[in-house]
Amino acid sequence: MIASGPSRALAAPSRPDRGLFPYLLGGCLLVTFALSWRAAQVRPLLLFEAEGRHNILKFVLGAFPPALSPDFLQLLVRPLFETIWISVLGTAIAVGIGFPLSFLGTSNIAWSGILHGTDAGAPLRRAVKIVPYAGVRLLLSVLRSIPEFVWAFMFVRAVGLGPVPGILAIGLSYGGMLGKVYSEILEGVNERPIEALQGTGAGRAQIVLYGFLPQVLPQFVSYTLYRWECAIRASAILGFVGAGGLGQQLELGMRMFQFNEVLTVVGILFALVAGVDWLSAALRRRIV
Amino acid sequence: MAEPLAAQGWRERDRALWGWGIAGGAILLTAWSYLATGFSARALLGAEGRGQMAAYVAKLFPPDLSRPVLWDTLVGALETFAISFLGTVLAVGIALPLVFFSSRNLMYSGVLFELERERRPARLARQGGYLAAKAILNILRTVPHIVWALILVFAVGIGPYPGMLALGIHTGGILGRLFGEALEDVDPRPIEALQATGASRFQILLYGIFPQVLPQFVAYTLYRWEVNIREATILGFVGAGGLGQRLHIAISLFLEHKLFTYILAIYCIVTAVDFLSAQLRRRLL
Repeated sequence: MIASGPSRALAAPSRPDRGLFPYLLGGCLLVTFALSWRAAQVRPLLLFEAEGRHNILKFVLGAFPPALSPDFLQLLVRPLFETIWISVLGTAIAVGIGFPLSFLGTSNIAWSGILHGTDAGAPLRRAVKIVPYAGVRLLLSVLRSIPEFVWAFMFVRAVGLGPVPGILAIGLSYGGMLGKVYSEILEGVNERPIEALQGTGAGRAQIVLYGFLPQVLPQFVSYTLYRWECAIRASAILGFVGAGGLGQQLELGMRMFQFNEVLTVVGILFALVAGVDWLSAALRRRIV
Repeated sequence: MAEPLAAQGWRERDRALWGWGIAGGAILLTAWSYLATGFSARALLGAEGRGQMAAYVAKLFPPDLSRPVLWDTLVGALETFAISFLGTVLAVGIALPLVFFSSRNLMYSGVLFELERERRPARLARQGGYLAAKAILNILRTVPHIVWALILVFAVGIGPYPGMLALGIHTGGILGRLFGEALEDVDPRPIEALQATGASRFQILLYGIFPQVLPQFVAYTLYRWEVNIREATILGFVGAGGLGQRLHIAISLFLEHKLFTYILAIYCIVTAVDFLSAQLRRRLL
């Protein structure tokens, strides 16, 4: 892309030449679609056959009116709070894991960029710095790639039923996600304040504390709030494997064919999620 | 920039105050949760808790890499992939037609409808359509995918098919919301320009609005696909096929070595989809 005089500026902004790429992509998607169709054993008509229709109807009719007896509602109070507790503690643990690891897993803090400019000629020292960085990256990727549901299931086995496995599951998998996103935010900082600090002879810890942290903190808080929203949703589901919260009631209702109770729990869940969404959005607007 | 310095200072102070408020609130919430759940870090990280967890981890090793298990894992991984892929496709198919009805600026307000204020009945009908589409998307989104999966397993039987439907329905609601936000944020100037040329509403949609939102639609779809590959492993727990179903059986029957194989497979497939989606995003956007 070599600019060729002012006449070029007037031409329509040319799209990069993509060559065969769109056709290749389209072909790949079609093939994937066809193979997936087979692998997932899709039979669209099944949904509309007599039995499927009948079962869906049974569910819908069973769900109305929702169960609103005081006894049942009372039963839901504790699971409701448990869902909130699990999400809060899980997020707190996730921050505890993700925050420190993110600094180790950020390339422009750990081994590259202006902080390490003078080391460029020493490959060995560079390698020594890259190893812990790569290790942290791998750890974060393992933590976040295993779904919280699977973590919860294993923790139920390892530490027993109740909210604790739910908390740990959210803590680990969200710790991995927070760590990754935090370090992406850290990699995007404005380098000039950091250069300025370095010019004053500040140590590396001081640069991180006064150069990096103030720049990224609002984004950190904002993303953590967003993750908390997700944690509420997740903790409501973790009850399916015995990790406490509203999910347990949901599972019970489904298993006992008490669809009116299911509807009530889903309604409460909706209110809870909507409330947290609203709160977190309002807070995020204030700080970013 | 044009803001007076004093106002800037106030805003900074305001933000700092909110920051401290959030920090304080978070600490209080955490303390309350800590006390209420009886969560005890000491018990967990103490000798007994550590021993329990170490014993469990030790049981996982080594992963079962015998040929039939590997073959079964591969089949499960392909099923999970298929569920996530088709689920995402279905979600786009659900979200796209609904989202144009659930955007205020396409249905009844903004530049497109400036000249129509007086026609009350038409306006009311449009608002009705808007509310209906919004309500449908809300319901799809609110019911957790695992509940959709349970209902659908109940309706069409066990297998990956209900899992894919459940994922598609739930994600359809989520994409509908994300797409809708993109649509309501479009730059009105190209629309106004098209309107001035006498373009019909459909033409405006096609040439003024769609090109603006398409990159965002693609980005959101890829992002949801990454989420869906994780969710697809969960749905197996209620009988909706894939690796999740095998995982569930392995955990329930205490087949820890097999379990470890499946977990490794989940890690591989999730990482692969993340990579693929990142590549596509780079090439397409």
